[in-house]
Amino acid sequence: MSIKIEHLSYVYSSGTVFEQHALKDINLELPDGQFIGIIGHTGSGKSTLIQHLNGLLKATSGTIYYNNDNIYAEGYNMKQLRSKVGLVFQYPEYQLFETDVFTDVCFGPKNLGLEQEEIERRAKDALKLVGLGEEYYKVSPFDLSGGQKRRAAIAGILAMEPEVLVLDEPTAGLDPRGRDEILDQVARLHKERKITVVLVSHSMEDVARYVERIIVMNKGEVMYDDAPRKVFRHYKELEAVGLAAPQEVYLMHELSALGWDVDTDAATAEEAAASIAKCL
Amino acid sequence: MGIISAAKLAFDYLKLDENGNVESKIRAVDGVDLDVNAGDFIAILGHNGSGKSTLAKHINAILLPSEGTLYVDGKDTQDESKLWEIRQTAGMVFQNPDNQIIGTIVDEDVGFGPENMGVPQQEIWERVEKSLRSVGMWEYRSHSPNKLSGGQKQRVAIAGVVAMRPKCIVLDEPTAMLDPNGRKEVIKTVHELNRTEHVTVILITHYMEEVIDADKVFVMDAGKIVMQGTPHEVFGRVEELKSYRLDVPQATLVTHELREMGFDLRPDILSNEELVEELQKYRAAHEKTK
Repeated sequence: MSIKIEHLSYVYSSGTVFEQHALKDINLELPDGQFIGIIGHTGSGKSTLIQHLNGLLKATSGTIYYNNDNIYAEGYNMKQLRSKVGLVFQYPEYQLFETDVFTDVCFGPKNLGLEQEEIERRAKDALKLVGLGEEYYKVSPFDLSGGQKRRAAIAGILAMEPEVLVLDEPTAGLDPRGRDEILDQVARLHKERKITVVLVSHSMEDVARYVERIIVMNKGEVMYDDAPRKVFRHYKELEAVGLAAPQEVYLMHELSALGWDVDTDAATAEEAAASIAKCL
Repeated sequence: MGIISAAKLAFDYLKLDENGNVESKIRAVDGVDLDVNAGDFIAILGHNGSGKSTLAKHINAILLPSEGTLYVDGKDTQDESKLWEIRQTAGMVFQNPDNQIIGTIVDEDVGFGPENMGVPQQEIWERVEKSLRSVGMWEYRSHSPNKLSGGQKQRVAIAGVVAMRPKCIVLDEPTAMLDPNGRKEVIKTVHELNRTEHVTVILITHYMEEVIDADKVFVMDAGKIVMQGTPHEVFGRVEELKSYRLDVPQATLVTHELREMGFDLRPDILSNEELVEELQKYRAAHEKTK
């Protein structure tokens, strides 16, 4: 099982003066169970790309295969695809609408036409996964804190039991603790459920700590696609396109230039400290 | 008394029932004393719900204290006759640039504030030019704001405030919705305004890296100011900051890790430069003793 993207291009406002190539000849394979980060500055095409993954946008040219089936083939079951590839938009809490948290989370599975018992099992399961206990079931989603709202909204997607979870900037606007809570929970979910997770972000620090692979987008193209430490080796190029490597990478390079024998690939505070300690 | 001076300031959000009776109270700001000198660059840190935005909204009298007092440039914010003077003294910039821009052309948007203040036409255009130049957006003066990037829009919003010539600007998480480039642009702009125009800046944020160059940092938790001092004084206390659900700059974090391992480094390191210098010193001192 995997998602395979072949020669995908997408043009906004085709045929008008505003024509813009948002994606150009993208070729990617997202194998099962990977934890992937997609990084790019505003306008790099990262959000456009992920909206193709569950068929919300249709490519101008190129193909996407989900588990070897061409999703653009005639008669392909898009509704099923959308239940398999769960997309959490930016600021998902704006999509909360029900009178209480539990009912809101039930909305997705209910629309899948499941039995009431199964719907409730899934909702309970999803809420447990995001760390919202029973005391929140009957609370209005609008009385929750920012981080809690977002977790409730993510639970709504998880209740669909997707095989692939795509999150677009899930930590935007949250404070550091809220950010860690969301990302830790996503990481746990990835580990426990073995689902594929695609995390879209412009924070390198966040991504470096969690993902095993980083795809860097620039001007609608894939610029780098590699393990985080290898991607950060290009920190100068990343800077040129409006991104930055984690601060630790800069620190290690500065020390290395001064003759320290440190691991210049270290990308987290723990790794950096461990490597510096060896030289002291 | 400084330009902003709060004494035992408290604010309660009231929850009303259907008949308008008070059902419950939530104390968002709880006994804050704050004194900001004119020309200072102040940062207020705190997690979501710590009361920092509620405090900020008092500074230009969007909210009025439930208890205690707040003086802005010597004027009591509860004195209704001074309301417009207070709002002209303290301008506010909010998180979402899309909610603050109303003009269809950049220079019209920036001119909106002074126009409402009854500034003569000729002077409006002078102010528009000066403030757009001060945020580096003059060349975009005839663009439509909705074609600008987030960072550019936020700089236009700042220009709109600057055009009203406030003595003080309060920025409530102005970079929360921006990408790294936009964040840098906005912070640089704010520092320049502080340096060249001597505008007092109150920056509310939870990005620690933006706070390093502030004159003074205040940390809020549960409506109270729980830590204050220079960035060096505040960030040296890593565990305490973490207990208030805040981060520290990455260089401080690496230093903290090393100190935990038993290396006796200075605790108040804020940037890579400082850390590199400290490490060099440490190693040199150690090699001598070997």
